[in-house]
Amino acid sequence: MKKSPFHFLTYVLVIGAYAALQVLQARGGLSSSLRGMLVPICAYVVMAVSLNLTVGVLGELSLGHAGFMSVGAFLGTSTAIALQDAVPVPAVRLTIALIVAALFAAIAGFLIGIPVLRLNGDYLAIVTLAFGEIIKAIFNNLYLGVDGKGVHISLLEDTTRTAETGRLIIQGPMGIGGIQKISTFTAGFILIMISLIVIFNLVNSRAGRAIMAIRDNHIAAQSVGVNIIKYKMMAFVTSAALAGSAGALFAMNYSTVVANKFDFNTSILILVFVVLGGLGNMLGSIIAAAVLTILPEALRPIAEYRMLLYAVLLIVMMLTANHPFVRAFFNRFRQTGRLRLEADGDEEREAV
Amino acid sequence: MSKEPVLKAENLNVYYGSIHAIKGVSFEVYEGEIVTLIGANGAGKSTTLNTVSGILRSRTGSVTFLGENLRRVPCHKIVARGLALVPEGRRIFLQMTVEENLEMGAFTQSPAGIAQDLEQVYALFPRLRERRKQIGGTLSGGEQQMLAMGRALMSHPKLLMLDEPSMGLAPILVEQIFQIIRNLHGAGSTILLVEQNAQAALSIANRGYVLETGKVVTTGAGQELLASPEIKKAYLGG
Repeated sequence: MKKSPFHFLTYVLVIGAYAALQVLQARGGLSSSLRGMLVPICAYVVMAVSLNLTVGVLGELSLGHAGFMSVGAFLGTSTAIALQDAVPVPAVRLTIALIVAALFAAIAGFLIGIPVLRLNGDYLAIVTLAFGEIIKAIFNNLYLGVDGKGVHISLLEDTTRTAETGRLIIQGPMGIGGIQKISTFTAGFILIMISLIVIFNLVNSRAGRAIMAIRDNHIAAQSVGVNIIKYKMMAFVTSAALAGSAGALFAMNYSTVVANKFDFNTSILILVFVVLGGLGNMLGSIIAAAVLTILPEALRPIAEYRMLLYAVLLIVMMLTANHPFVRAFFNRFRQTGRLRLEADGDEEREAV
Repeated sequence: MSKEPVLKAENLNVYYGSIHAIKGVSFEVYEGEIVTLIGANGAGKSTTLNTVSGILRSRTGSVTFLGENLRRVPCHKIVARGLALVPEGRRIFLQMTVEENLEMGAFTQSPAGIAQDLEQVYALFPRLRERRKQIGGTLSGGEQQMLAMGRALMSHPKLLMLDEPSMGLAPILVEQIFQIIRNLHGAGSTILLVEQNAQAALSIANRGYVLETGKVVTTGAGQELLASPEIKKAYLGG
């Protein structure tokens, strides 16, 4: 497949935004609240582009993306805490934690993918929703301690008998406390770039073509010899792994992390980023994630009307984005007719 | 005509849940033939094709293709064996360009020969060459059918299976599509054609099988069936 100029533009804009924010930060041009949001924005951007791989490129609606974020947040942070003495350099420890988080989330994605990817549409959405809730329930009841004798795990009650010399890391509903804040804006930027490189390379590859063929028409994909389960799994696991590392990045920006942070609302919030940014449009996801993370904070002075205004803004965005003039304007920048919703419209017209 | 059939389906029994859709269907296709399965709505024509191509599985019976039993071969590997299906209702990739659709058809082939295969398909369907940069969803119904057929040809099929290529097309386009099938046959392709348009199908077929509620009720040479009074009455409008 030809490399889209859109991909190149995405890289340029992300690098440009990072450079501009770094310069602003160095000159003290960023408010403290905005400075505090830089890492969460990076984490949400990675969440949005990774969910866009499942929803926009593969075309399956997943409502449990926060579950993978949770897996990465808890297991990545636990790894970082366990390695606190062994690996003194924060950047190295963060890197290891992000990789471990991605691995565990990928495993979770694979396990959940086995039953889920045999389903389609609404059924898949329902099962992923349940998965997110199950993960939340597990981490709300999980106790994990590390001491000289190794890792101890218990559920519901703390029966890990972690030695005094060790440390009880995950404490059930209290989550993880006393986290060293080792996540940095630069680490977030690098994670975004890696996510984009992974996703764009996948989309441009033979496997990516197969994944989009499944989205377009799974019967036709089957008829040309595409192994549907394999390629669905590839997209789903990649998406989960990226979400896991985003979770770890997110958690290590705060001193505590609890399972309730990664609930259904978070999954929906990320889905809103993806839908508003445009299905399959990674640049759109990045912009939507950044804007919609800053917006609630920016609206803090009018706190009482914040959610009202937020809702109105969402509606206005949807209306303007669908306006023929606005669409014609943006269509000049992209290959025509690529938008999934447009093609669906064609299919319906065809069926009439 | 060689002795061993290219495709041999024996005593297929296919169920949708508790519904017994195909009841002991057997048929053969020999090299260089056009064989057609005809029948009314719900007779089990498409179910039979989907079973041969591995999308559905028969509970009993066997499908043998070029001497190999396909029972244990997964659906996505059957295409690589040389058995290509053009699914019912066209089923092209609506968001890909015509050329990308055709390249997708060569998914199981090595990339080296794709350019040459594309040329062959374009020679067969000049209309597709004109529209090769166009998004699939913007093609007309007839063009989409040509694209679906061209896409199947990209996999170098030893047997091409067409599921209702005339569905929803204007009569003049149906004629064009059948002319193309005739041309493919003339060039040596072996074709299994499923059709509701019995008249058109039988007039180009070497042999035909008539399906009724999941069973083969009659079989014979195409011209023979076309002339048979019962067939005329049941399927050809008197």
